[in-house]
Amino acid sequence: MSTRLLTNARIIDPSQGMDETGSVLIIDGRISAVGAAAARADIPVDAEIEDCSGLVIIPGLVDACVHIGEPGGEHRETIASASRAAAKGGVTSIIMMPDTDPVIDDVALVDFVQRAARDEAIVNIHPAAALTKGLLGEQMTEFGLLLEAGAVMLCNGRRTVADSQVLRRAMTYARDFGAVVACETRDRYLAAGGVMNEGLFASWLGLPGIPREAEIIPLERDLRLAALTGARYHAMKLSVPQSADAIRAAKAKGLQVTAGISINHLTLNETDIGEYRTFFRLSPPLRTEDDRRAMVAALADGAIDIIVSSHDPQDVDTKRLPFADAENGAIGLETMLAAALRLHHSGDVPLGRLVDAMSSRPAAIFGLDAGTLKPGAKADIAIVDLDHPWVLSKDDIVSKSKNTPFEDARFSGKVLQTLVAGVTVYRA
Amino acid sequence: MSFPHRHLLGIKGLSEPDIHYLLDRADEAVKISRQREKKTSTLRGLTQINLFFESSTRTQASFELAGKRLGADVMNMAVANSSVKKGETLIDTAMTLNAMRPDILIVRHSSAGAVALLAQKVGCPVVNAGDGAHEHPTQALLDALTIRRAKGKVGRLIVTICGDILHSRVARSNILLLNALGARVRVVAPSTLLPSGMADMGVEIFRTMEEGLRDADVVMMLRLQRERMSGAFVPSVREYYRYFGLDAEKLRAAKPDALVMHPGPMNRGVEIASEIADGPQSVIEAQVEMGVAVRMAVMETLMLSGELKR
Repeated sequence: MSTRLLTNARIIDPSQGMDETGSVLIIDGRISAVGAAAARADIPVDAEIEDCSGLVIIPGLVDACVHIGEPGGEHRETIASASRAAAKGGVTSIIMMPDTDPVIDDVALVDFVQRAARDEAIVNIHPAAALTKGLLGEQMTEFGLLLEAGAVMLCNGRRTVADSQVLRRAMTYARDFGAVVACETRDRYLAAGGVMNEGLFASWLGLPGIPREAEIIPLERDLRLAALTGARYHAMKLSVPQSADAIRAAKAKGLQVTAGISINHLTLNETDIGEYRTFFRLSPPLRTEDDRRAMVAALADGAIDIIVSSHDPQDVDTKRLPFADAENGAIGLETMLAAALRLHHSGDVPLGRLVDAMSSRPAAIFGLDAGTLKPGAKADIAIVDLDHPWVLSKDDIVSKSKNTPFEDARFSGKVLQTLVAGVTVYRA
Repeated sequence: MSFPHRHLLGIKGLSEPDIHYLLDRADEAVKISRQREKKTSTLRGLTQINLFFESSTRTQASFELAGKRLGADVMNMAVANSSVKKGETLIDTAMTLNAMRPDILIVRHSSAGAVALLAQKVGCPVVNAGDGAHEHPTQALLDALTIRRAKGKVGRLIVTICGDILHSRVARSNILLLNALGARVRVVAPSTLLPSGMADMGVEIFRTMEEGLRDADVVMMLRLQRERMSGAFVPSVREYYRYFGLDAEKLRAAKPDALVMHPGPMNRGVEIASEIADGPQSVIEAQVEMGVAVRMAVMETLMLSGELKR
């Protein structure tokens, strides 16, 4: 029986409204007592005691949008390498997107991911299953069997289902299983050829733009289908305030709707692209500073539920190209928490809300045994020094791909230790 | 006075003195081109490589001739049809060429920003000969030289740019340059061919040729690509010509001595009537001549200042 006691820490656990100084007692990989109450608990004599004075203990982060190259693109990222990057960033649970090669649209693929995760990963990896076969947007996959095998959401990867009838039926059928249908919304015609936010900045660069309506129009369609079908719907990655307004309105109507945003869209804007820096080429595209500020406010007030890293490893063969020819995407597992802490230090979003958005809330939405420090819960924990200053050097990146938009960025706040089921999987 | 830039990647970043410096040198180069003996030894022993990822006849010929008149050894690489099709990346092509130790690279590419990307990876000056819809700086300089020689100045003139602004690198470079020299810039185009945020790009926008050309000193026509004429951006050639093609009647709104310009190649009967293209106000042929001179001035400036640094 192994026992660990983490003492004298500030413990923040939004799942139980906790922000207090205290301890966390871990017995056999599960939390036995937490907070000020843990001080009164019986501490076994053989407990390994660690003083965490000046540090913050939070439930390990739950990242609901992570692209991994395995299977099919192992040179970009493997399940093992992604899990190491996650551990370094305090992320203890990953929802892995189904747009691998082959696509995770079959029970065998869900099994493959789970076996690989069990054998090689140091954090929890949960596969998302494809909503339609091959992500083609035509035929629905075997929702029941996929969910039974362990898929935690149904999602169509980067592709928006164009056929409204297909989506309607998929949502109707998914409702019977209580599954969350998670979608990225991007109108393929309005966004055709576009590589960055439409506007003056794109016009001077001579790059084709993507109007905000490319995101809003399919989102509004999806929300109407959510109302029609009664399905649980999650908007994966929103970027403009009009989308947040649409989510707000849908929630007010009582729909089972939630929304996420990538950390990039909360901390960067289109001008970071500068002179065609392809690591800032993302989907949805980085928007204006006004949009960013409005989205931060929408996160703070809860219209946007969760933050995702949108971790998307790309190699030099897809990024060291002219901007319009490069792929979208940036890695983010290692920097999500540090970047999010910028919003805490700036006073824009309370710390408890940030932890909620990166841990408790996504765990609740997708039904994971995570995101909480309640007694009995799995001891997935991040220990953080909120003020530790550091600079992200390319050489320190654990991920196999180095396409970070935060290269040489300064951060205040660092993960010092990550625990999964009570076992330390990362220590700074 | 010197020119404080290693490359010429765009008009953006050039000051008014930088621009006049190049135009003054280009005036000298015009004299050389009009002599019987057109070849100088300014750049003798130096190697110029023209790297055109997008095919071009006129611009490439102009750069080639400019290099030869300066005495450089000129090599043309028509990359559009070679290794790039075999999957070699832009950067790899750049590294390969760089290893051949050129003294200047002239690059055209269909992607915006591609020339700047390549410039980061090579050890010699790079001239942007057009990158996507971004910039085409030597075109803007030759247009300015043509105007300055015909009108004696560029500042305070009214210059109207007409046509497909959205896809035009020529328009962007000209808007930057004309603003830097203090001209008043107008644009006329159907709204489908204007970029987003145009009103904040230092121009006045007009919907009709009659309003846009009123009292103009210079009329710059832009080429409309064939694939954009049939329903995607404008419904048809005849409708486009009716409203936005430059003919004698529309030109009457401009000043009587207004210059008519076109970067070529022209679509006669689409954006410009033949009688105007060949008429007394047209300086389209002069633009071609000034093109060689401006490119001589640019290459001489970059190569000699690069040599001084070495």
